[in-house]
Amino acid sequence: MLEKATRSAIEVRSTTKIYGNDRASGVVAVDDVSLEITDNEFFTLLGPSGCGKTTLLRLIAGFEQPTQGEILLFGEHLEGLPPHNRSVNTVFQHYALFPHMTVSQNISFGLEMLGIDKIEIRKTVSRMLELVQMPQLADRKINQLSGGQQQRVALARALAPNPKVLLLDEPLSALDFKLRKEMQSELKRLQNETGITFIFVTHDQEEALTMSDRVAVMKDGQVLQVGKPREVYDHPAQRFVADFIGDINILRGELISTKKGEAKVKLASGFVGDAILPIGVGDISGVVNVAIRPEQLSFSNSTNSTLPGIIKEITYFGSGLHYEIELSTGETIKLRQQSVGRSNTEFSSGETVNIAVADDAIQVLVD
Amino acid sequence: MSNQSTFADIEKSQLSASLVTANKRAQKTRALLLAPAVLTIFLIGILPLSIVLVYSFLEPGSYGGVKWNLSFDAYIQLLFEEDIFEETLTFNTAYLQIFWRSLSLAIVATITCLFIGFPMAYFISIQSAHRKNTLLFLVTIPFWTNLLIRTYCMLLILRDQGALNLALVNLGILDKPLPLLYTDFAVGLGLVYAFLPFMVLPIYTSLEKFDFRMVEAGSDLYASRFKVLTRIIIPIAKPGIAAGCILVFIPSLGAYITPELLGGGKSLMIGNLINLQFGQGRNWPFGSAIALILMVMVMISLFVYLNRTTRNEES
Ligand SMILES: Nc1ncnc2c1ncn2[C@@H]1O[C@H](COP(=O)(O)OP(=O)(O)OP(=O)(O)O)[C@@H](O)[C@H]1O
Ligand SMILES: [Mg+2]
Repeated sequence: MLEKATRSAIEVRSTTKIYGNDRASGVVAVDDVSLEITDNEFFTLLGPSGCGKTTLLRLIAGFEQPTQGEILLFGEHLEGLPPHNRSVNTVFQHYALFPHMTVSQNISFGLEMLGIDKIEIRKTVSRMLELVQMPQLADRKINQLSGGQQQRVALARALAPNPKVLLLDEPLSALDFKLRKEMQSELKRLQNETGITFIFVTHDQEEALTMSDRVAVMKDGQVLQVGKPREVYDHPAQRFVADFIGDINILRGELISTKKGEAKVKLASGFVGDAILPIGVGDISGVVNVAIRPEQLSFSNSTNSTLPGIIKEITYFGSGLHYEIELSTGETIKLRQQSVGRSNTEFSSGETVNIAVADDAIQVLVD
Repeated sequence: MSNQSTFADIEKSQLSASLVTANKRAQKTRALLLAPAVLTIFLIGILPLSIVLVYSFLEPGSYGGVKWNLSFDAYIQLLFEEDIFEETLTFNTAYLQIFWRSLSLAIVATITCLFIGFPMAYFISIQSAHRKNTLLFLVTIPFWTNLLIRTYCMLLILRDQGALNLALVNLGILDKPLPLLYTDFAVGLGLVYAFLPFMVLPIYTSLEKFDFRMVEAGSDLYASRFKVLTRIIIPIAKPGIAAGCILVFIPSLGAYITPELLGGGKSLMIGNLINLQFGQGRNWPFGSAIALILMVMVMISLFVYLNRTTRNEES
């Protein structure tokens, strides 16, 4: 049927940013990145510290110029456009609120700079204060606010001019766990209500998975994989992505047949199962790494198409149990069992068990 | 039982007695420790000022000094001229002109220092740590020599056969030397030169603490470079700017060496006038009166300034 027309909000075309003179002597912070972020999307850049997330945002905001490549905002080339002429606002990692202004002055600053009239500004500011749920603090100075309140002011300040795209650079990293959870759902709500495209940066994989429409996993300035949280979680294409997001088992195996994305893999222990090939990758054959999530494994009574092993360690983690099991090949495999109403079969350390693998659980990795 | 309680009572009373003596002793120590400061303030601050105040209401002695007769002549003299033959008073603006010149030169010097000093301080504050130190060091170099000597050098540069005029003439820009020396311009230039570091250093101190990421935040919110300067950098650096202005304005207003050397006898400032009264003029009460008026002027301008800045902060 009819698909909702998707416009691209931000298009990053083979963009490279090198700090310093050249590739050899400088730092390649962003390395040939291409991304297309659609309108209304909650898009997340996920990656370890120093992988170039902030640099990518700074390129979009206009604080840095790409060494190579180009960036488009709703089809418009941004090259040479200074930050104050881009309809993009940033929530900085360090908030960067103006200390000499009150909360409402901070929020109205962008609107004033746009030359919007006073009555309109006042209306918008009070709407923003409602939105971030702090209208009673309008006249406070910034240094009289808690960290979480400052974070919300930074958000309101960036949202007030109604930008086409909002960039959020690890805005929640300074908050404690509870506030962080609250702000996560608040951000999600704000994005729904305003319909503004959010580009959100985090190095917290759980945050990325719960909040985003799509996630881009970055490493060393490169985007390794882009996809819906489920896709990235269930079907990581590379070992780094698999390792970075969630707990995972990486095992050695041999591809014994490949046919249009369907493949059979033979693990070192002799187990043969269906495997999923990484998307958009050409020929793979021979010995590969495969990834299996611990929760895709379960104990089985049958010895038929299962992996035999010996339980080495059992850890209780509240909502379930975590087993470390040694396979006959000497490899250790993690198995996660959720506690459910009926009592789980109890196992103890040293016991010999058979492990069953769920359908579609074996993901072939590129490297 | 009762014995015990009396013991306890005695102990308690002894204790409180010893507490009282300890308290007294502490007070004494405090007074003793404060004494040098109080004495110094009295000796170098209050006492000389009181003498000046008293002298300004006395009559001048024939060869300097004072005669101990109450008189308001010193203050009257400032505005009126006494005709010796007719004994009438006519309004005289000669002294007022000097006051006016001092005030305007001080204001111009302060504003000029601000316009030169702010960019300088800004420039220094965005350098790397090493270059910052070098540049700050260079700013303070003039303090290594006496102001008198530095002002003489200024004189050597500005006079008709001085470096500046020679250069301009030899380059063919001027036909004959420009008479720069002994003008208000020369005095103003001398003041700016002498007091510029007092503007640069406090502004630098406040810009040093300035978080330059604010600039990015500003331009992210659609502020042009100019708006970032006027709406973010200057308001945050305001304490430094205020301190710099005060530190330049006050010594400029009372400057003595600079107008003495670069103004010749022509471009007098309050400082020279005071000096004149205690020297050649032999009119100590008049000198004292002028000095007091200078002080009041400074106090009023400070008061107005502080009042305005604090009110701005509140609003
Ligand atoms: N101004 C700069 N000059 C030189 N190198 C820089 C500069 N800014 C960043 N880098 C380098 O570029 C790389 C990417 O930095 P960036 O700040 O984009 O990382 P990040 O992914 O945001 O990390 P984090 O999660 O720690 O914030 C890093 O290796 C960093 O050292
Ligand atoms: Mg960063």
